Amino acid sequence: MRGASLWRDAWRRLLRNRSAVAGGVLVLVLAIVAVAAPLIAPYDPLAPSLGDRLSPPSAAHWLGTDDLGRDILSRMIYGARVSLQVGILAVALALAAGAVLGIVAGYYGGLPDNFIMRVMDVMLAFPSVLLAIGIVAVMGPSLGNAMIAIGIVSIPVFARIVRSSTLQVKSNEYVEAARALGASDARIIFRHVLPNCMAPLIVQATLGIATAILDAAGLSFLGLGAQPPAPEWGAMLSGGRAFLRIAPWVTAFPGIAIVLLVMGFNLFGDGLRDALDPRLKR
Amino acid sequence: MSQYVLRRLIATIPILLGVTIVVFMFLHLIPGDPARVILGERATPEALEQVREQLGLNDPLYVQYLRFIGRLLKGDLGRSVVSNTRVSRELAARFPATIELAVAAMIIATLIGVPAGIISATRQYSIFDHASMFVALLGVSMPIFWLGLMLLWLFALELGWFPMSARLNVTIDLRTITGLFVLDSVLTGNLAALKNSLAHLVLPGLALGTIPMAVIARMTRSSMLEVMHQDYIRTAHAKGLAERIVIIKHGLKNALIPVVTVMGLQFGFLLGGAVMTETIFSWPGVGRLAFDAIMNRDFPVLQGSILLISCVFVFINLVVDVTYAYLDPRIHYD
Repeated sequence: MRGASLWRDAWRRLLRNRSAVAGGVLVLVLAIVAVAAPLIAPYDPLAPSLGDRLSPPSAAHWLGTDDLGRDILSRMIYGARVSLQVGILAVALALAAGAVLGIVAGYYGGLPDNFIMRVMDVMLAFPSVLLAIGIVAVMGPSLGNAMIAIGIVSIPVFARIVRSSTLQVKSNEYVEAARALGASDARIIFRHVLPNCMAPLIVQATLGIATAILDAAGLSFLGLGAQPPAPEWGAMLSGGRAFLRIAPWVTAFPGIAIVLLVMGFNLFGDGLRDALDPRLKR
Repeated sequence: MSQYVLRRLIATIPILLGVTIVVFMFLHLIPGDPARVILGERATPEALEQVREQLGLNDPLYVQYLRFIGRLLKGDLGRSVVSNTRVSRELAARFPATIELAVAAMIIATLIGVPAGIISATRQYSIFDHASMFVALLGVSMPIFWLGLMLLWLFALELGWFPMSARLNVTIDLRTITGLFVLDSVLTGNLAALKNSLAHLVLPGLALGTIPMAVIARMTRSSMLEVMHQDYIRTAHAKGLAERIVIIKHGLKNALIPVVTVMGLQFGFLLGGAVMTETIFSWPGVGRLAFDAIMNRDFPVLQGSILLISCVFVFINLVVDVTYAYLDPRIHYD
């Protein structure tokens, strides 16, 4: 029962950590906003209203309107869907690919290990944003491609974590015992290796979502991600650039939304790390 | 030590080769015909064939790669599809601007990040500690392009304290020697250019320096906290040394080792962040060049920019590793 109490202890530590709880609540609230977007958005996020172009925050439009008269609050509410989706899917892609590569490298060693890890080293030799930019520039700008690109550049981190955990677990006596009892590689991997990678993977995935959301917004800002008229935070911000002097709210508010969501994931991720690894507790 | 440096140098060769393969493949992983991607959908068959011939796309892939490497070793990165100028010349003209911006950002980040981290650690759980760690959290959670635009709006558009874009007012004459305008102004004794180029550096430097500032502050704090709990610090206190001396001579000196590593790594990431920052502030560096190349589908220029920045990144990582080994003699490498 050691496993169960390990997670229960971690959960208890997490709940005692005030900033982690704050981060979790922040993410949860924005996730609810994203899911309930059609119910709570006061306006259609895509409907232009040329009479209301660039109107400042008011009772009718709490956060003002953009250059096509679209309600910024409504677009931000729908934008939460886009950012959360992109962040989570990109990390899921990186996690899945990284886990497979890391297990193959760590478990089988030798040539596959060498090959995989050298490829990972090469990927880490690029500043990640730049590599993502290159990939999207090649694949063609779209939100889906931006998500894939961010997923790809995040693979090495996960592969490294899984590989080092695998190496550690593999040398344990209970794995040797399992093998002596005739357990297959698949059984050892799923019963012993993967569960032991879980803690660092969960932490990295949470923090990775924060980075993925930032990078996706950045790619959209450069015109490589979400395309108009999609209500994506980075793209909204970029659309407001031309009107920075006369309508700063078009640029200001979507940025605040990004900060809140990313900060939520960062706080929660830091909290998870402290909770799951008591040795790191400062 | 010198053996370690040598080994580490040799280890970067396959990495650099890998980087060139990835950058080379950018053009060839495109679904369909690279020539069509470069010229767009409405290109004539003749134009397509000409570009194919020009880029050597009709040869087998490995021949193309070897040719690419061969040219690269001679410093030839091809020509821009848009302006037909040499990519290498274009990069050489833009690179000093990026270096100057990255160095400015790093200086700002260090000058604020390290002291903030020290004060936070020595007054753990004080209001200052909580406040500065909250600011650091904001720093790592903030998109730099948004921060850049907000700085631009407040300090350039609204208050008019700093210039909006570029590196120097067009009215100011500066003889360029290194291409680093601040350094050139000092070398030529041009006070007006010095003031003006520094003023142009403040906003983009602040925008680009925010993330490293936050990371450095956090790292300094945690490293300092760890060091301050060591026995030799207690001994120093017991000897009756002044608090300031204990913190600076005994604490900081040891705490800075991991901070230096983080600073090196962050400098590398600055180069990636330069694409956004340079785009916002119309800073004529490699990042801006890469952005324009994307917009114009100018793949040779994009390839060159990514290759240059990545090689610098690899080199910086090398320097960081070597510095680390030098600073901490306890570490042995095998």
